[in-house]
Amino acid sequence: MNVEELQQIAADAEEKRGKFDYEVNVCMGTSCLAQHSERIREALAKEAEGCGKRCHVRRTGCMGPCAAGPMVLVEPAGTLYAHVGEHDAKDILESLGREPVARLDPRLGSYFEGQHFIVLENVGHIDPENVDEYVGRGGYEALVKALTEMNPASVIEQISKSGLRGRGGGGYPTGLKWDTVAKVKGAQKYVICNGDEGDPGAFMDRSVLESDPQRVIEGMAIAAYAIGATKGYIYVRAEYPLAVQRLTVALREARRRGFLGNAICETTFSFDIDIRLGAGAFVCGEETALIASIEGKRGTPRPRPPYPAVSGLWGEPTLINNVETFANVPPIIRKGGEWFSSMGTARSKGTKVFALTGKIQRTGLVEVPMGMTLRQIIFGIGGGVPDGHKFKAVQTGGPSGGCLPEEHLDLSISYDALISAGSMMGSGGMIVMDDTSCMVSVARFFMEFCMQESCGKCVPCRAGTVQMYELLTKICKGEATHRDLDQLTELCEVVGATSLCGLGQTAPNPVLSTLRYFRHEYLAHIEEKRCPAGVCACSAAEKPVAEEARV
Amino acid sequence: MSAEANIRTLTIDGADISARADQTILEAAREHNIAIPTLCHLEGLSEVGACRLCLVEVKGARRLLPACVTRVEEGMEVTTHSAKIDRYRQMILELFFAERNHVCSVCVANGNCELQNLALELGMTHVEIPYQYPQLPVDASHPRFTVDHNRCVLCTRCVRVCSEIEGANTWGVMGRGAQSLVITDLKEPWGESETCTSCGKCVQVCPTGALFEKGRAGTRTAKHPEFLPYLRIMREGDQP
Amino acid sequence: MTDRKTLATVWLDGCSGCHMSLLDMDERLIELSSQFVLLYSPLVDRKTFPERVDVTLVEGAVASEEDLKKIRRIREHTGVLVSLGDCALTGNVSAMRNTCGPQPVLLRVYQENVDLKQHVPTVGVPALLDRVRPVHEVVPVDVFVPGCPPSADTIYQVLSELLAGRVPTLGGVAHFG
Repeated sequence: MNVEELQQIAADAEEKRGKFDYEVNVCMGTSCLAQHSERIREALAKEAEGCGKRCHVRRTGCMGPCAAGPMVLVEPAGTLYAHVGEHDAKDILESLGREPVARLDPRLGSYFEGQHFIVLENVGHIDPENVDEYVGRGGYEALVKALTEMNPASVIEQISKSGLRGRGGGGYPTGLKWDTVAKVKGAQKYVICNGDEGDPGAFMDRSVLESDPQRVIEGMAIAAYAIGATKGYIYVRAEYPLAVQRLTVALREARRRGFLGNAICETTFSFDIDIRLGAGAFVCGEETALIASIEGKRGTPRPRPPYPAVSGLWGEPTLINNVETFANVPPIIRKGGEWFSSMGTARSKGTKVFALTGKIQRTGLVEVPMGMTLRQIIFGIGGGVPDGHKFKAVQTGGPSGGCLPEEHLDLSISYDALISAGSMMGSGGMIVMDDTSCMVSVARFFMEFCMQESCGKCVPCRAGTVQMYELLTKICKGEATHRDLDQLTELCEVVGATSLCGLGQTAPNPVLSTLRYFRHEYLAHIEEKRCPAGVCACSAAEKPVAEEARV
Repeated sequence: MSAEANIRTLTIDGADISARADQTILEAAREHNIAIPTLCHLEGLSEVGACRLCLVEVKGARRLLPACVTRVEEGMEVTTHSAKIDRYRQMILELFFAERNHVCSVCVANGNCELQNLALELGMTHVEIPYQYPQLPVDASHPRFTVDHNRCVLCTRCVRVCSEIEGANTWGVMGRGAQSLVITDLKEPWGESETCTSCGKCVQVCPTGALFEKGRAGTRTAKHPEFLPYLRIMREGDQP
Repeated sequence: MTDRKTLATVWLDGCSGCHMSLLDMDERLIELSSQFVLLYSPLVDRKTFPERVDVTLVEGAVASEEDLKKIRRIREHTGVLVSLGDCALTGNVSAMRNTCGPQPVLLRVYQENVDLKQHVPTVGVPALLDRVRPVHEVVPVDVFVPGCPPSADTIYQVLSELLAGRVPTLGGVAHFG
């Protein structure tokens, strides 16, 4: 593979595209597939054969507004159809070149306003299993450019210049991480892609892997070149079968085209990637636990330092980045670090993909520039809270994050702003809650999650989350006292300060943030034995105080 | 590298101390008779940093650091006891006592138990948080030894000694969170384990009465893990 | 006589070992007895808990409805409440039934191990609570004295301090078990 060959592939892909006047793209993301979008595609393909128009029906990845699925995108008009059924195939084909089918209008309002696609730029436009279509849209330009025009140091320089920070949640500067691993001496270095997305309500990484797997592979290959690695692993949860399947195909295709393997682009650079499946343990998203899991050991974290950059997989220097981080790499190399850093806020550059869920009009996957306000995302893109209910809180950062109330809606999204407000960026889950949500129950839900996902290695997390969960349950039942609340606060402090890894250290966050902004709800449960949102059954209010309740 | 270059000077609780560069805060502190409580640590075994009792304050560090795995550094200022650390340790200890069924009065290790001693050392008089009272099994299938999960603190010393010293890899951990259990082989009864060599090292390193030798009581239940560093040194051919 | 402190000792769900240990103070009891009046105890013949007691030593865990009623009344009428021994402090042996609940224990005692008149008594005996609890889980406790039983020396030390008007702490002095 060299520049000419790459251009040839792109040109071929373009030519193939040119044979058609219309493209009918059918979403084959998990959400639309679950609503039989495969059958819709078959119906469309069958209809296309006999319609006399030069029309190509294509499988694509997730288009974003999942709640409106199954989705169909008609190009070049850019018409988006929602809730498409098999019986709509005829009408869609007939409407090509004419007025769109009105009844299938997704009524997405301002869903795409203010969104800016970098990570999701190919989504809805390419067949995730077809490497040539990826190349046709500029894919692998960055890898070829890096290998043929840049040395590893200048690749890292561009990444540093871009200001890209880890998209898995921590927000560690990517360039700095690459630089560290590059400088460590090691006979064998590794690149690992962390696709163990596990936050409740988060599906960004899954969508990227399902929709545009080549982008992640390209990002990893560029990283490998930059740090001097020859072997990579994509760690993805087994609960993402479609992502695994598409990745498997993508890796095979990338090898076939010579983007992976020996002497890539006729250089001395060799790199290949294997998939490793996670068995569903949330803690394996923690990098040291993930490494242990790849090594075939029990997936438990270990104290750092040594950091994986120094001693990672099998004791070798290892670079671990998240799916979305790698997905940002090709455009940065293609267009330069400065281009990327021109977007976003002072310390958070580029865009962020969020999975918008919960009590919101338009559920889906969105990509917005850093610095956009929560209000713009939730009320602009998401269309606000449905059914006349009132917005109460938005949860970001999964079980490590927190719930932000209405007064923080005008907060500009950035790593630092979210942390100072008591939440965190996390991997990009954004769960909207309305006045029917009880914030104590929400805190209890996340604590239950942490309790079940604790690996059991260190005692504050193993036993502390159980105690906190039980105290929260007691509060929900209306059986708690002020002493219980004090104990909960104390446990939050100790578990946060003393746990071994991020899971335990951040497990108290949902409690702390709800205590900070919704303390009155806790107090209502405790003092009035009443759940303001009407969610909890505060049984103690009717019954005499249980004999066993502590005085 | 010269010997001098390998020496680090630091302060622990205000006292000036010098230590070898490859030593941990815990090793340096113990060499100077500065007490830092530990439970999962055992000289001669690898460190896991799991019990969190040895957490210390290091000036400039964002978080508390486990003394057992943190290497000394030049100019480091370490505080091993403060109102905050003592409070955290107390709570951690309470979490240990509350999560399983530690009934000292009827335990074979009564008087020879590291957990019991820690409670005394750290001045714990009672457990404020509610006891969990889980239902846990006792496996007495081995002819010489018994494992009582009610008393296990999941320090994994047994797992480590079996892997690192005996090389049998009989012990492992299954489950997660509060449901974690130390198990023999693939959770076969201990007595039916095909890998166990019945060497008894796990029993000797167990800090509580979770692993004990049958037919022993009172003072005879004292554990003797002192063989470990000696064995390690002899095997590795190191000079002490 | 009037400036002597009033003392009570109670026996909830425990083996009375703590009371034995109290008696094990031997001649020191005589020394201390000049400083207190024992108003209520399994060792004296008084049926109801007095209106006001300066110091009450509680042995045993809270295991039955009767215990619960008692300890609440005691707390109300006591100045300094002392949890004496592991059962009061941790539940100890009494609480070992908490892993299975009271029913299997009752059946074992009154049916499985009995040849004649197998039945679980319900009349004249207080009902067992679902869970045996340490005293401080039910009422606030002022002083905790660990040990099974606490040694006579420890009890002597605690009593001397209390009678002198000080509140002792036993952390680092006495251990569980």
